[in-house]
Amino acid sequence: MEFKFEGRTKLITQILMGIGLIALIGGFFTDGSDHHQRWWANLLINGFFWFSISLAALFFYALNYAVEASWSAIIKRTFEAMWHFLPIGGGVIIFVLAAGHFFHAHHLYHWMDSTLYHEYMVVDGDQTVYLDALEAGAVENPNYDHIIAGKEAYFTPWFFWLRTLGYVATFLIFARLFRRWSLLEDEKPDLDLHFKQFRRSAVFLVFFAVFSSMLAWDWVMSIDVHWFSTLFGWYLFSGMWVSFMIMLNVGLIWLRGKGYYQEVTSSHMHDISKWMFAISMLWSYLWVSQFLLIWYANIPEEVTYYTQRFFSDYQVPFMITFFVNFAIPFYTLLPRDTKRNSKFIVPVGTLIFLGHFADVYLLVIPGTMFDHNEFGIFEIGLFLGFLGLYINRTLNALSNAPLIPKNHPMLQESKELHY
Amino acid sequence: MNKVFHVMYDDDDTLKDAASALVAKGIRVKDVFSPFPVHGIDPIIGVKRTRLGIAAFMFATTGTTLALLGMWYFMISDWPMNIGGKPSFSLIENLPAFIPVTFEFSVLCGAHGMAITYLLRNGTLPGMPASNPDPRTTDDKFVMEITTEQNALSADELEAAIKETPLFELSTKDYK
Repeated sequence: MEFKFEGRTKLITQILMGIGLIALIGGFFTDGSDHHQRWWANLLINGFFWFSISLAALFFYALNYAVEASWSAIIKRTFEAMWHFLPIGGGVIIFVLAAGHFFHAHHLYHWMDSTLYHEYMVVDGDQTVYLDALEAGAVENPNYDHIIAGKEAYFTPWFFWLRTLGYVATFLIFARLFRRWSLLEDEKPDLDLHFKQFRRSAVFLVFFAVFSSMLAWDWVMSIDVHWFSTLFGWYLFSGMWVSFMIMLNVGLIWLRGKGYYQEVTSSHMHDISKWMFAISMLWSYLWVSQFLLIWYANIPEEVTYYTQRFFSDYQVPFMITFFVNFAIPFYTLLPRDTKRNSKFIVPVGTLIFLGHFADVYLLVIPGTMFDHNEFGIFEIGLFLGFLGLYINRTLNALSNAPLIPKNHPMLQESKELHY
Repeated sequence: MNKVFHVMYDDDDTLKDAASALVAKGIRVKDVFSPFPVHGIDPIIGVKRTRLGIAAFMFATTGTTLALLGMWYFMISDWPMNIGGKPSFSLIENLPAFIPVTFEFSVLCGAHGMAITYLLRNGTLPGMPASNPDPRTTDDKFVMEITTEQNALSADELEAAIKETPLFELSTKDYK
C-alpha cells in the first residue's frame, strides 16, 4: 500500500509552514533584544529539537537492525521517513553556528569571542594585538576568561567545525545508505543485503554513541561554557529518543485512523508505548542523576547551571518540565490498558512531547537570554512552522516508498507479533 | 459423582492446539500445569488477568511513604541533620538527598511484597504441599485439568473429546 500525501493534510502542513515563515520574518524585525539574540536562540532551539528527533529515528532504525529486532520490520518505513528532516535540521544548526562564529551575528556562544583566550594585549591606536605572555608595553586583557581559555584546544575553530560538519555528514551518509539498501531490498529478496545492513547498523551505533554525546557538548552544553556535566550527552540523547517515540506513536495512530497500516496490531502499539514509558524513565533518571550530584557536592563551578534555572524566572517552567516529563508518563503509562488506548496516548503523548520541547528550550534560553527572556507569539509560530515542515518532509518521504517493506526477512514474524 | 481428567501432553504447542480445539467445542479447561509459563495459553483457557501489578504498585507506594516518613523522623524531626553542608532541617529542601533511599525502599517493598503475594496466592511458599497433579509437570510434561463439574457434557462425552487430541497420557479420578 502506498501512502498518498495530498489534499487537506498537505494543505495543513503548508499553512503551518506559512505561519512559521511569517513568525521567522516578523520575529526578526520585532525582536528588540541585542543582536536579535531571542530570534537566533529560538532558531537554534527549533533546529536542534527537530534535528534530534530525526536523529533518534536514524538511531532507532540502526538499533533495531543491530539487535535483529523483528517486531519493528513492518513499520521501519516510518523510521526512514522520519529522518528525512536531517539535512534541514542540520542546515539550520550549521547556519546558526556559522552566523555566530564567522559573522558575530549573535552572542549565543560566549566562547566564539576570540579575544577571551589571551591573557595580555598590546593596544596600538586602532589595532589590538593579543598575547599569551607578558611583554614590554602589554597590559592585562580585561576580556580574558581563565576557564574558557583552558578549553581553547577544544574550541579551536578548525577542530570545532571539523566535528560539527563531521557529525552531520556522518549521519547523512548513513541515512542515505540505509534508505538506499532498504529500497533495494524491495526489488528482490537478498539476505546478504540484510546482513550488510545489520553490520553497518552496528558501525553506525559506534559513531552515534560518540557523536551524540559530543554534539550535545558542542551545540548545547557550550552555551553554558563555564559549566560542564559528563552525562549531559546521554541526557539530551534520552530526550531526543522519547520525543521520537511519541512522534512515532501519535503518527502511527493517525495513519491507522486514515486506513493505512491495518497490519499493525495493538501489540505493536503496545511495544511503542512501552518504549515511550521506558525512555521517559531513562530521561528522568539522567535528569535526577545530574541534578543530585551537583546539588549534593555544591561546588561553585558546577551549581551555576542550576542557580541560573532555580533562582530566577525560569524556576516554575523548569520544575513543571521535570514534573510533566517524569510524573505524567510514570503514572499514566504504567497500566497495560492505557498503553494500548489511542484516545489516551494522543493527549498524554502530546503533553510529554511539549514537555520535551520545553526541556530543550530551557537548555538554551537561560544561558543566552539570561533575565531578559520573553515568550510570545513568535516562539509559538516558529514551533508550529517547524512542526509543519517536519511533518511535511516526513509524509513526503513516506509517500515515496511502499508503506510496508517487501522481502524483509523478518516481515512475517513482525506481522505475527503477539504481546 | 464428579470426575476430573488430567490430560498430559509432551509439548507446549500441542497443548495449546489441544486447548483451542477443546475450548472450541465449548469445553471449559480448569487449569494448566506446566514447567514454564506457556506464552499465549491464558486467553485460550480464559484465565483472568492477574492483579499482581496493582498489588505491586500498592506495595511500592507503601514503601515510598514509609521511607519518606522514616527519614523525616530520623533526620529532620528527631535529630536534625546537616545534610551535605545544607542545614536546612526541612524535608522538602533536603528531598534530593532522600530520593535514592526512597527509590530503593520502594523497590524493596514492591519486589518483596509482590513475591510473597505471588507465593501465597499460588500456595507455593516453601514447605507447602504441592498441588500439581503429577511431578512430571515440573520437568518436561504439560497437564491440562478438566472437571465434569464445570462442564455441561457428561464424563463419557468429555473423555471422547479429550481422546481426539494428541495426548500423551490420560488419568481420571473421581471426587465428591
